Amino acid sequence: MSAKRIFIKGNEAIAQGALDAGCRCYFGYPITPQNDIPEKLSSAMPAIGGEFVQAESEVASANMLLGAAACGVRAMTTSSSPGVSLMQEAISYMAGSELPGVIVNMNRGGPGLGDIGSSQGDYYQSVKGGGHGDYRTLVLAPASCQECYDLTFEAFDLAFKYRNPVLILGDAIVGQMKEPVAPRAPLPIDPEAGADWKLTGRGQRAPRILKSLFLDDGALAGQNLHLQQKYQSMQAEVRYEAFETADAELIVVAFGSIGRIAKSTVRTLRAKGLKVGLFRPITLFPFPEAELRALAGQGKRFLTIEHNLGQMVDDVRLAVRGIADSDFFGFLPGNMPTPEDFDAPIRAAVKGA
Amino acid sequence: MQEQLVFDRPDVLADVPTHYCPGCQHGVIHRIVAECLEEFGLVEKTIAVSAIGCSVFIYNYVLVDTVEAPHGRAPAVATGVKRARKDAFVFAYQGDGDLASIGLAEIMHAANRGERISVIFVNNTVYGMTGGQMAPTTMIGQKTTTCPGGRCLEREGGPMHMAEIIATLGGVAYCARTAVNNMKNMAQTKRAIRRAFETQLNDEGFGFVEILATCPTNWKLSPVASNERIGKEMIPEFPLGVFKDAAKEE
Repeated sequence: MSAKRIFIKGNEAIAQGALDAGCRCYFGYPITPQNDIPEKLSSAMPAIGGEFVQAESEVASANMLLGAAACGVRAMTTSSSPGVSLMQEAISYMAGSELPGVIVNMNRGGPGLGDIGSSQGDYYQSVKGGGHGDYRTLVLAPASCQECYDLTFEAFDLAFKYRNPVLILGDAIVGQMKEPVAPRAPLPIDPEAGADWKLTGRGQRAPRILKSLFLDDGALAGQNLHLQQKYQSMQAEVRYEAFETADAELIVVAFGSIGRIAKSTVRTLRAKGLKVGLFRPITLFPFPEAELRALAGQGKRFLTIEHNLGQMVDDVRLAVRGIADSDFFGFLPGNMPTPEDFDAPIRAAVKGA
Repeated sequence: MQEQLVFDRPDVLADVPTHYCPGCQHGVIHRIVAECLEEFGLVEKTIAVSAIGCSVFIYNYVLVDTVEAPHGRAPAVATGVKRARKDAFVFAYQGDGDLASIGLAEIMHAANRGERISVIFVNNTVYGMTGGQMAPTTMIGQKTTTCPGGRCLEREGGPMHMAEIIATLGGVAYCARTAVNNMKNMAQTKRAIRRAFETQLNDEGFGFVEILATCPTNWKLSPVASNERIGKEMIPEFPLGVFKDAAKEE
């Protein structure tokens, strides 16, 4: 563990986390607000013997990721909302072919071109599949520059553990803010990674085929059942932050930057005697369903706050169904939220009891 | 009289019945690719990228490590493979709808970057697996299920000449168009694929071979008539030849 902290932006923390985690292939295409990542990696990656390619499009960069992942090499691409839409084709193929790769989405406002400011409008796209077919990706949502670093670092292990794409769903706020970050000791490259499936050239063994086409009778059904079981096994990776939830009567559920801003509001309201707490999912898939349900079982009520028109609130309601419900406050994209913006909605939810 | 084996199947070709339609020339091209892989001693270090359409099934016949790419993206996938594993020999195998339509950006930019990969481009002027729709290479007047009256220059534009286009790009070391309609052209096809492979092995740049081939089912012609069409109609539109060879320019 390196003791020295570095003062960097969230985007740079993602780039550094990837480098330290052994990522050796980066493919990307410029889009605001994540350009610090390819800019940093354009010099840092070749300097350590890695590969940096500025692709002709997000479509191509995600497919380059697919190719590198098929070789069992730690690889990453990063983008922001409209670019990630273009990547969905390759992400679906990677899920279908069970290829490990890390895809970062620094969420900006939409739909369409929207704006370059922060938003959480890509929640559905990230956690419900995004591309075609029945599939899921692990989704990690950082709320600080340290988490940008740590979650990216760990995303590569998760991608290889499950042979699955892993998404980091950040946003313009966490990508553009600057904080001290404690880096970890760089991971050595593991030559055995993916030893039983990766493409290396067949040598003396039988050839390997990495594909998502299953035409024989029942073959796709078998593959999709296998995938479903894999997605269920990802429940073991559930992560969340619970802040002052023990004696809270109302729990605010919020993720990413919004979770962090809401935490400030909760702290302020606590000081004023309101029994409120914060539950911040860090894994958006798998969603911390059991944990929320347990809180509902304790008689707690919920207010979901998101930087969109209401997406994660569906998952909160599914988690607590039959026991409780969740109020919702959506802070619209195109504006930058402050802790004060959440004061009135939380007070209203407390009174709504 | 004792039989003597004088002509055998390359070991890297699977000993299985073909699923391709009668008269389809994917099998001929697979064989030529297989022969070149064996002659260069590349079988053990090859990673193939299969594309979408009939050509996807190359992995059932050429027994090398293979990854499947989404429609048109094989050159991008191959870029990722080669960048991740520089010691591997990497080739992509694409049809005309795949390469010249949806994948036009990927092929142009991989070629322009001079990716050290080889692309085998099978041009039969039609979408095969999806049932005979118009391709970017469909010829003027050629009837398909989506241009039933024949391709019209004013309405759909003319056929794309990929070998000529690719040859203009800086990163390309070798670019040729061949056919597999007779023994002479098959031999030329093999020479072209060998040279394309060689440019990768010598780190010269991007290698590209466009091969004119049949699709009797979707052309609604017999295998013999299909083969004749290559000589009579396709070659006049898509002239054979070497459009770029870095080795000859020095």
